[in-house]
Amino acid sequence: MLLIYCPYCEEERSELEFRQAGDAHIARPTNMTEMTDEDFEAFFFLRDNVKGLTFERWRHLNGCGRFFNAARDTVSDKFLTTYKAGLPRPDLSTLRPATEATVETYEATESNAK
Amino acid sequence: MADLIGAELATRTLPLSGFHGGSAAAALSVAAPATRISLRAKPDAVAALSGALGLSLPTKAKTSASSNGRHALWLGPDEWLVIDENEADLIAAVASSNMLHSATDISHRNTAIIVKGRGAAVAINGGCPQDLSLAAFPVGACSRTVLAKAEIVLLRTAEDTFRVECWRSFSPYVSTLLAEAAEDAGN
Repeated sequence: MLLIYCPYCEEERSELEFRQAGDAHIARPTNMTEMTDEDFEAFFFLRDNVKGLTFERWRHLNGCGRFFNAARDTVSDKFLTTYKAGLPRPDLSTLRPATEATVETYEATESNAK
Repeated sequence: MADLIGAELATRTLPLSGFHGGSAAAALSVAAPATRISLRAKPDAVAALSGALGLSLPTKAKTSASSNGRHALWLGPDEWLVIDENEADLIAAVASSNMLHSATDISHRNTAIIVKGRGAAVAINGGCPQDLSLAAFPVGACSRTVLAKAEIVLLRTAEDTFRVECWRSFSPYVSTLLAEAAEDAGN
C-alpha cells in the first residue's frame, strides 16, 4: 500500500483515502471565446501521458477533501513530493527522480527470457 | 386516511435500532441520537463561530474540541463536523455568530457506532488503514477516513473507545463489518 503525504493534513495517509485528478499546472485560457478549435482542443483534451516524472493533481477525498499537487514517477509509482494547490512546481534538482535504469521494466527483465 | 394523519407519522425511525454486537474485546453499540452540522467557514469567522458554539473550533489537522456533550471535529482546513449529543439546535447557535459561514443540518444523514474495549482499535483497523496507536491517534483525535468501502469519521473519545460516524444508508454495512472485525479482534 502506498503512503501519500497530504500537505494539508501534514501526515502520510494510505492511498485508499486519495483519488487522482488529472494533470496539474494546466493554465486555463482567459480568451476562451477567441480561441481556435485546435487551441481549445489542445487545452481541453490533449495531455502528454509522460513516462517518468509527471505533475498531477490529487485529492484527499476521504480525508480533508482538499486538492493538492504531486510530483510522481509514472514508471516506479513513487511520489517524489506533494505540495499545496496553487504553489508553483517545486525545484526538480532537489528531487531525485528514479532513473529508468533502476526500475524493473518488462523489457529489462522479461524480454530476453529464455 | 384519517388514521394516517397523526403523531405516529412523525415517529423517528432510527437506523440500526436495537443493534448491539461485537465481542469481549470490542463491544459495539449504537450512539444516542444527536444533532450534527457540517460547518464550512473561512479563517476570519472561526473566532466568532467558536464563541457562538461555546467551544474553540480546532484549526489543526486531526484534532477536535469537546465541551458538555458537544464536539467539533476538524475535517479540513475550512470544514468541521459539529455534533451535539444533547440535541441542541446547532444551526441557531452558529447563526448567532453573525459571520459568513455555511452550515448544513446532517443530524439524520449520519449515525454513529461506539466501539469500546481493549480491541477497539484492532476492530476498526479491520477496515481502516489509519495508524490508531495512541501515539499517532491520541484521545481527542479525529479524522475522516475509510472503513473498507464506506466513508467514516472517526473520533477517539477515550483510550479504548471510538465513535464511528457513518452515513445512515451505510450503517448496515459498517455495523456488520465492525461486528466481524470485533470477533477477530478478540483472537
